[in-house]
Amino acid sequence: MRIAPIELLGFRSLLLLEHLGHAAFFGMRIVFSLLAPPLRFRRLVIDVFDAGVLSLPVVCLSGFVVGGTLSLLGYTTLVRFGAEQALGPLVGLAVIRELGPVLTALLVTGRAGSAIAAEIATMVTTEQLDGLRMMSVDPIEFVVSPKALALVLVMPLLTGLFILFSLLGGYMIAVGLLGVDGASFTTTMESAVEFSRDVAQSFTKALVFGCLAGLIATYRGYISEPTAAGVSASTTSTVVIASVAILVFDFFVNGMWGV
Amino acid sequence: MQQSRLRDLIVGVFVLFGLGAIAYLSIQVGGLYYNGPRGLHLYATFDHVGDLKPRAAVVIAGVKVGEVVSIGLDDNMRARSLLDIDPSLELDVETSAAIMTAGLLGEKFVALEPGWSDDMLSSGDEIARTESAISLEGLIGELVNNADLGED
Amino acid sequence: MTPAQTSRGAEAMDEGGQQDFRVAFDGVRLQRGKRVVFRRLSCGFPRGSISVVLGGSGSGKSTLLRMIGGLQRPDGGVIRVADREITQLSERELFKVRDRIGMLFQGGALLDSMTVFENAALPLREHTQLSDSDIEAEVNRRLMAVGLSDAAGLYPRELSGGMNRRAALARAIVMDPEILLVDEPFSGLDPINVRRIEALLVDLNRHLGLTLIVTSHHIASSLRMADRMVFMVDGIAISGRPGELLASEDKRVVEFLEAESDGADERRELDVTPPLMRDGE
Repeated sequence: MRIAPIELLGFRSLLLLEHLGHAAFFGMRIVFSLLAPPLRFRRLVIDVFDAGVLSLPVVCLSGFVVGGTLSLLGYTTLVRFGAEQALGPLVGLAVIRELGPVLTALLVTGRAGSAIAAEIATMVTTEQLDGLRMMSVDPIEFVVSPKALALVLVMPLLTGLFILFSLLGGYMIAVGLLGVDGASFTTTMESAVEFSRDVAQSFTKALVFGCLAGLIATYRGYISEPTAAGVSASTTSTVVIASVAILVFDFFVNGMWGV
Repeated sequence: MQQSRLRDLIVGVFVLFGLGAIAYLSIQVGGLYYNGPRGLHLYATFDHVGDLKPRAAVVIAGVKVGEVVSIGLDDNMRARSLLDIDPSLELDVETSAAIMTAGLLGEKFVALEPGWSDDMLSSGDEIARTESAISLEGLIGELVNNADLGED
Repeated sequence: MTPAQTSRGAEAMDEGGQQDFRVAFDGVRLQRGKRVVFRRLSCGFPRGSISVVLGGSGSGKSTLLRMIGGLQRPDGGVIRVADREITQLSERELFKVRDRIGMLFQGGALLDSMTVFENAALPLREHTQLSDSDIEAEVNRRLMAVGLSDAAGLYPRELSGGMNRRAALARAIVMDPEILLVDEPFSGLDPINVRRIEALLVDLNRHLGLTLIVTSHHIASSLRMADRMVFMVDGIAISGRPGELLASEDKRVVEFLEAESDGADERRELDVTPPLMRDGE
């Protein structure tokens, strides 16, 4: 009796390892299929539209609001020390280094990642992927790879737009509402932000998160049970697993980048 | 067909805007040079730079004309900074450089004050007359010392 | 002669093994979890004939088709498709075998992001160098054959069940396969559409000589079109000509026919010929 929980732990660990192995192999198949012709450009454009353009409203709006909130919060603290001119650097650094890539990745996972998982899982359920196989078409090359690549490409673009809207939101609240000097907001921010330390880190994170979301969403959809419950399970666990993975990898990138 | 062309167009615009955002953040906000430095490279050596950092502004009469590129120690243990300045400016050899602070606790920047000489500085030259950063701690220390003297 | 004929179970039936099997199972085992799907499955599907696979739900009819296509690997035994043993082939090698097979899935399996035309054109675009106009002509010819010329620009979600099935059929035959696997072509269709699909399938077999393997639990249409019937019972296959099976005294077959048959009259009409043969066991 006492051994049961330990056995369960062992079983779960092995299962996790097995999934990690399969996912890694799956990722390699995606990479190989992208390297070898044909490149499915038409399908890629469609998937970039679905994952990127359709995520634009939610990403831009969230960015704007997050920037504004940061300005408000930062101002109430900084104004006590007469350091309102540090508001620009505060908003800029927080959004560029941390909030931009992380929040964008979480939003895109929730909107586009879950949709991709659901679409692939539905194709499993309705035998569309088997149909492709019977036509001697590799479903990974035809369906999975363009979707995964679209997420990877879209992530830095959306992160850039999220940050831009955050800065805009922060600027408008700071200057329009709180009466901070606009020129000093931008110049102090621009001199506080460094390309190699902050901006490069931001877009490295965006790329890493794009790869994570792309791999997890497509893999989870691909191994879905061919039932309605399987489709919904794959959607849910895509969002959960990818979100946790994004936060964990954010921690690692921060650590490896130093200061 | 019509619908798919519209989608292509939207995707194209989206990618352009995204790349534009990345470029703006890298070049304007992040300060990544896209066509090399401005051109006029001047050295200025200070006893003490305070918390002057690379990318701090270089200004003349309050107008930004360049940036601090790097700060290092010279052989005499003084802080040697490299300034990158708009090459269209003609600065004479009597120009002086001072480290100033925006506000009481604000960002440090380098202020240049042109002199009246007819000889001009060219890239790689050293600005001879410099004034170090005023450190708040130093000022307070001095104030306390003076107060002590006053009591005697 | 052909490797298929070494299959003992297959040889035992049908006029002393003169049949030329395009697809043959020999001692195939499959287990899913604790449930045994195939205990020892042996049967053959002759070239140029229509074979109908009958069995209750869960008897493994669809699994049988998926195995022929290499979508599902057995736990043991040998499967030959067009003279190739396929159970050990890699996915790439299977592609070569699948080039000779068309498959019509139960739900159609059309890609729902593409129109009917693009679905039917997909195999041509992927595997041939034909020009766009040639592809268009070829696809339109197929769509006309299944009576869907007007539906070329529709998406699968806009099709009725019967149209969906016919569109999928157009896609399955666009590469001129020699073997056509058809999974439950009549399920969920009204009698008119059943007749229509049935006529199309028979036509493919009679005029183009396709080897058809059809799963069904629709006895009436099965009896009309089948050259050969295969019963899936208890993880084995019992096969023979329709007449043989109808005359069968085997309890499992009789039960199935009585429970499922909607064509009891037809059973009487057919003449009763040689005794039933059984595969496996």
